[in-house]
Amino acid sequence: MNSCTERLKNGIITENPTFVMMLGMCPTLAVTSSAVNGLGMGLTTTAVLILSNVFISLLRKVIPDKVRIPAFIVIVATFVTLIQLLLQAYLPSLNKALGVYIPLIVVNCIILGRAEAYASKNPVLPSAFDGLGMGLGFTFGLTCIGICREILGAGAIFGHQFIPDDYHITFFVLAPGAFLVLSFLTAIQNKLKMPSATNVDNADSNIACGGNCASCVGNCSVANKGLVEAERAAEKAAAAKAKAEAAAKAKAAKEAKAKAEAEAKAKEAASDGKED
Amino acid sequence: MSNLLNISSSPHVRSKTSTKSIMYDVLLALAPAALFGIFNFGIRALVLIVVCMVSCVLSEYIWQKAMGLPLTVSDGSAALTGLFLALNLSSKFPIWMAIIGSVFAIIIVKQLFGGLGQNFMNPALGARCFLMISFAGQMTSFAYDKAVGLKYLSGKQLDAISGATPLAMIKDGSMNLDWAQVLKMFLGTTGGTIGETSALCLLIGAAYLLIRKVISWRIPVCYLATFAVFYLIFGGHGFNLMYLAAEFCGGGLMLGAFFMATDYVTSPITPKGQIVFGILLGVLTGIFRIFGASAEGVSYAIIISNLMVPLIEKVTIPVPFGKEGIKDGK
Repeated sequence: MNSCTERLKNGIITENPTFVMMLGMCPTLAVTSSAVNGLGMGLTTTAVLILSNVFISLLRKVIPDKVRIPAFIVIVATFVTLIQLLLQAYLPSLNKALGVYIPLIVVNCIILGRAEAYASKNPVLPSAFDGLGMGLGFTFGLTCIGICREILGAGAIFGHQFIPDDYHITFFVLAPGAFLVLSFLTAIQNKLKMPSATNVDNADSNIACGGNCASCVGNCSVANKGLVEAERAAEKAAAAKAKAEAAAKAKAAKEAKAKAEAEAKAKEAASDGKED
Repeated sequence: MSNLLNISSSPHVRSKTSTKSIMYDVLLALAPAALFGIFNFGIRALVLIVVCMVSCVLSEYIWQKAMGLPLTVSDGSAALTGLFLALNLSSKFPIWMAIIGSVFAIIIVKQLFGGLGQNFMNPALGARCFLMISFAGQMTSFAYDKAVGLKYLSGKQLDAISGATPLAMIKDGSMNLDWAQVLKMFLGTTGGTIGETSALCLLIGAAYLLIRKVISWRIPVCYLATFAVFYLIFGGHGFNLMYLAAEFCGGGLMLGAFFMATDYVTSPITPKGQIVFGILLGVLTGIFRIFGASAEGVSYAIIISNLMVPLIEKVTIPVPFGKEGIKDGK
C-alpha cells in the first residue's frame, strides 16, 4: 500500500488516537458535550497536527537531538497561536465554546507523540499524511462522542433538537457522561475487532506496534518498529563482531605464545648445539 | 469412607447464612419502611416500588442471559437494589425515569464491574446520584397529591401538599422547629422520598437486622455518633438536641446508616476499617448537610466513602494471631 494512504488508514482506524491509543483524553472528555464542539476541536487539532508534522519533518535534520522536545513545543505552540487567532477572528462562537482547550492543544499528547514518533524520523509528505490521518481519526472519535452525548443529554444532533426537553438525561452532558460514552464506544470498537493492540492476542505484523504488549518498548509506529528492530540487529551484529574479534585476538595471542615458545625452544636447542 | 471423612482446609465452622438468606433478611427488614411509604404516599408509591424491583430483576436476568453468565437473579440482590432505589425516590417520580435508573444501577454500576461482589459502589445509590444529576427537578419535587395516609394522620383535608422536605425547611430557616414536628419526622408523616420519612419503621428493620446479626453495629453507630458530634460543633444551633433529633429523623440518614452503608460488598470487612468507614461517613454527611448547597448529603457521602473502602481496608488489615509486635520486614 502507498505509504500516504497507509498513514491515513493507520491514523483513522488502526491507531485511532481516541479509541485505540487513548491519547488526548483531556479535550476528548472536556469539549465533546456537543457534536459541533467535538468536530471543531477535532478539525482545529488536525490543522495544528498537519502543520507541525510538516515543519518538524522539514527541520528534523537541523534540530539537535538533545533539545528536540523544546524545539517541537515551540513549533507546535506557534501553530496553535496562529490557529487560535484565526478562530477568534472568523469563528468566535467556536472559540468561545472551546475556551481554554485551544491553547491546551500545545500539550496534547497526540501532537507531541506524532512529532516524536513519526515526523522527526520521516520525510515531509508521509509526515503530512500522518498528521492528516491522526487528525481525522481524532475528529472522528470526538464527533462520535459528541453526537452520542448531544442526543442523550440535549436531545439534538448538531444543534437541531428533536427530543422534547422533558426527556433529556442531563448526566450525559456533564463530565461522568463523557467517561461513560467514551468507554462504551471503545468497547464497541473493540468488539468490532478493528485489529489493534487491545484485541489481538499474539504478535500480528499488521499492527503498527507489533501487537505484543509484553515486549512493548513504548513506541507505536511501523517506522519505530523498524527502527527498533534495526537497532537490535545492529546491537547483535556488534556483539557478534566483538566476540569474533576477541576470539581472533585470543587466537593470535595463543599463536604468538606458541611461536615464542617454539622460538625459545629453538634457541635453547641452538644454544645446546653450541655447547656441544 | 469418603462420606464419613471429609477433609478440607479451614474454615470448619459452618453456618446457614448465604447470600440469599442475607438478601431476604434485608428485604424483610425494609418491609415496614416500604409499607409505611405506601400508606403515606398512596398507591403511586407501590407502583414505583414494583416497577423498580421488576426492572432491576429483569435487567440482571437479560444481562446474564445475553452474556452467558450463570443466572443469579434468585439470590434477591437485584430485587433488593430495586427496592432501595424506589425507597430513595419521590413518590411522584416518572415511571420511565425510574426504569432508566434501575437499568443504570444493575447494568452499569453492578454488572459491568463483574456482578454481585465486584461492584465498587452501592448500585442503588449510584443510580440515585445518576438520577439526581440527570433529573434534578423531578428528584427534588416532593408534591404528593394522593398522600392518603399523610392526610389522615395530619388531620387536615388537603388536596395536595407540595413543598420541601423538613430537612430543607430547617436548612433555609423557613420552619420553626418544635418537638411536635420532630415527633412527626420520627413517625414519618412528612414529605420526602418513599422510604426515608419514617425513622421509626427504619429502626424496627434495623433492630431486626442487628438481632439476626446480618449487620454489625460498628458502621451505623460510628456513623451516627460522628455525625452527631460534627453537627453539634458545626451545625450552627449550638448544643441543641431538638435540631440534632430532627437531623437524625429527617432525610435519608437512618436508611443510609443502617441499610445502605452496611452493604457487604461496598463496606470494609475489617472491624477497624468499619469504624474508620463510619467516621468518614459521619464527617462527609455533616459537611454536605451543613456546608453543602443541598439539604441532603447521605447518598453522596456513602458513595464517596465506598470509593475509599479499598484504601481503608489496606491500612486496617488485622495482625494475625502470634504476629503481634512483629513489625514488617524485621
